[in-house]
Amino acid sequence: MRRYLFKRIAQNIFTFFLFLTLVYVLVDAQPGDFSNIYLNDPRLTARQRATLRESLGLDKPVMERYIQWLQNAGRGDLGISFSNYPRPVMDVIIERAPRTIILFLTATILSYYVGFMVGKILAWRRGGLLEYVTTIGGVGLYTVFLPWFGLLMIWLFSFTLGWFPIGKFIDPVIWRRAPVEANYVFHRMIITAAIASILILVWYFFTRRLNPGQRRPALLGGVGVILGIMLLFWLFSGIGRYALDILHHLVLPVLTLTLVNFAGTMLLTRNSMLETLREDYIMAARAKGLPDRTIRDKHASRNTLLPVVTAFVLAVVFVLNDAATTETIFSWPGMGLTLLEAALVQDIPMVIGALVFTGFMALTAHLVADIMYAVLDPRIRYS
Amino acid sequence: MAEVTRSKSRVRLRPDSGLPSPEDQGPLIEQPLWRIRLRLLWRNFITNFRIFRENPIGLIGLAIILLFALMALLHPYLMENVWDPNIYDPVIGIDQSIPFHPAPPSAAHPLGTDPLGRDVLSQLMYGTRAAFVLGILAALVTVTIGTAVGALAAYYGGFPDTFFMRLADLIIMTPTITILLVMAALFDIGFVHLAVIIGLLSGFGGTTIIIKSQALTIKVRSYIEAARVAGGGDAHIIFRHIIPNLLPLTFLYMMFTVTTAIALEAILSFFGLLNIRMSWGLMIFTTQRAGYLLDMSKWWLIFPSGLAITTLCAAFYLVGRALDEVVNPRLRKR
Repeated sequence: MRRYLFKRIAQNIFTFFLFLTLVYVLVDAQPGDFSNIYLNDPRLTARQRATLRESLGLDKPVMERYIQWLQNAGRGDLGISFSNYPRPVMDVIIERAPRTIILFLTATILSYYVGFMVGKILAWRRGGLLEYVTTIGGVGLYTVFLPWFGLLMIWLFSFTLGWFPIGKFIDPVIWRRAPVEANYVFHRMIITAAIASILILVWYFFTRRLNPGQRRPALLGGVGVILGIMLLFWLFSGIGRYALDILHHLVLPVLTLTLVNFAGTMLLTRNSMLETLREDYIMAARAKGLPDRTIRDKHASRNTLLPVVTAFVLAVVFVLNDAATTETIFSWPGMGLTLLEAALVQDIPMVIGALVFTGFMALTAHLVADIMYAVLDPRIRYS
Repeated sequence: MAEVTRSKSRVRLRPDSGLPSPEDQGPLIEQPLWRIRLRLLWRNFITNFRIFRENPIGLIGLAIILLFALMALLHPYLMENVWDPNIYDPVIGIDQSIPFHPAPPSAAHPLGTDPLGRDVLSQLMYGTRAAFVLGILAALVTVTIGTAVGALAAYYGGFPDTFFMRLADLIIMTPTITILLVMAALFDIGFVHLAVIIGLLSGFGGTTIIIKSQALTIKVRSYIEAARVAGGGDAHIIFRHIIPNLLPLTFLYMMFTVTTAIALEAILSFFGLLNIRMSWGLMIFTTQRAGYLLDMSKWWLIFPSGLAITTLCAAFYLVGRALDEVVNPRLRKR
C-alpha cells in the first residue's frame, strides 16, 4: 500500500510537471507576446521599447525564461497579475480559489448523491415508462447547453420568481456596513462545514457499532445535535446574516450544476448495477428470501459503488471544466471567471496561474480518488 | 505454395458448406474476398440493428438526428430556390421591409429575425450543417487515432503502450474546455482547427484507453492465435482481425465525440472566441451582445439555438447509449 501510494504521488508530480510545461509552451506559442499591449503605444521611443522588453525579460531565449519561471513557480511566486496590478497572482488565487472549490465540491457531491440514488432505482425497475422518461430527461439535462440552461434558471428563479439573487457572490447593499471582509466570513463558513462533516463522519462510524435497531435514531439525533450547535454558533457570532447572504448566492449555481451533472452518475450507476444484479450472490440473496430493499441497498448497491467512485475522479475534472462557463453566467468571482477574463485581456501571468491551479486541482482529485479506490476495493493489487 | 497464395486472394465457396475447398470437383462459386467481407459486415449490421431496435431510446435519438440532418440538407436547397439570398443569408442577409429588428415570428420569418435583421430559421439550419460537419470531422479524427493507437498499443505492448497510456492519463486529467478557452482567446481558431483539436484530444485521451482495453481482450482470443498459426503477419492480424472487431466500439465512441464537439463549439462561440461564419453558439452570443439575453418576450432569439444544441447533443448521446447495449452484451435485457 505504501509503495503504491509513493508511486502514485511520484507519477502525479511528474504529470504535473508535464502539465506546467504544456501550459507554458502553449501560452508562449501565441502570436506576438504580452508586451505588445504596452509596446503598441506610438509615443514610445525605440529605446523605451527595448528597455520595456528587457525589464519584462522577453529578450531572453524561451528555455531560460521557462527555467526561471519554473524556479519561481516552485517557490510559489507566479508573477504579478496585469489586470489586478499590483497584486501577485498567488494572492488572487488564494482569494478566489476557495469560492470555486466550495461551489464545485458541493455541486459534485450533491449530483453524485442524487445520481446514485436515482440510478439505483432505475436499474431495479428496468424497462418501465419511468426508466425512459428519467433517462431521456436526464440525458437532456446532461447534454444541455450550459449557458442557455443557466440563463433559463436565472430567468425562472431570480428574474420571475425572485427567490434567489441574479448572480455575484455577495449583495453590496447588505455588505455596505459589514464589519468584516467577505472572505473572512466565507473562510469561517468553510471551516464550520469541514468540522461539521468530520464530526458527522465520526459519529456515523460510532453508530455503526450500535444495535441495528438503534443505529438510525442515534445517527439522526447526533447529526441534528451537531448541526444545531453549528447553527447556534453562527446565530450568536454577529456575522450570521452575512453568511446567510453568501449561502443565498450559492444556491442557484449549485442547483444548476447538480441538475446538469447528476445524469452522468445516474446512467453509470444504472449500468454498473445492472451488471451487479447478474452476479450469483444476488441470486443467493433472493433465494434466501431477503426483502427486495435489503438486496438492493445492502447487497447490490455497495458493489455498484466501485466504478462510480472511480468515475468521481473524472467527474471532478469534468465539473471543473464547466467552471468558466458557470461562473461567467452566475458572475461568481471564482477561478473560472478569473481565467476567462484574464485570457480575454491577455493577462498572461494570471492565465498561467489559473491554469496551474486548475491542473493542480484535477491532479489532486485524481490522486484522492485513486487512493479511495484502492482502499475500497480489496481486489486491487497495489502494483 | 501456389495454392496457398491463390486461396489468400480468392476463396472458392461451395454454395452449401460455405468452406473453402480447393480440390472440390462440384460447381464452384468464385467470389472475390471483399464481397464476402462486405456481406458478413452487412449481416453483422442487420443483427446489431435488431438489438438496437429493441431500445426505444436509441430510436428516438436516431429520429432526432435524421430530422436535423434533413434540416441541414434542406438549407442549400431553400437558399437556391425559395429564399432570396439578400434577405435570408445566415450571415449577411437583412430584411429591410421590417422596420424594427428583432422581429417576432411571422409568415416570412417562421422563427423571427435576430437583432441584426437576419432570419433565425436560416441561421438555425445553417448552424445545423456546421454542427454536423464539426461533429463528424472531430469524431473521424478521434476514431482513426483512437483505433490505431489502441490496437497498436494493445498488440505490441511495451514502450509504445506505456507512452500512449501515460499521454492519455495526462489528457484525461487536463481540463479540456479551460485549455481550449485559453487557446481560443490567444490564437485564431477556425472551424477545422477546432474539429481537429477536439479529435486529437479525444483520440489520444479517454477513447484510446477504452479501445485499448477492448483490443487487449480481442488479442487473446483463439481466432487471433489461428490467424498467426496460419502464417498471418502482424499487419494482417491488426488490420484484418483486431480493428474490424473494434469497429462497433469505435462507432460508439464516435457518437460521444460528436456530442462533445458540438457542445464545445457552442461554448467557445458563446464566448465569441471562434473565427467562424455562423453557428448555434454564435447566435446566442449575438443575442447576448445585443442585450436581449434575459428578455423572454424575445424568446425566438435564444430558444431555437439553445434547444437545438441540447437536442442534437442529447440525440447523439442517446444513440451512443443504445449502441452501448449492442456492444456490451452484459447490459442487455436477456
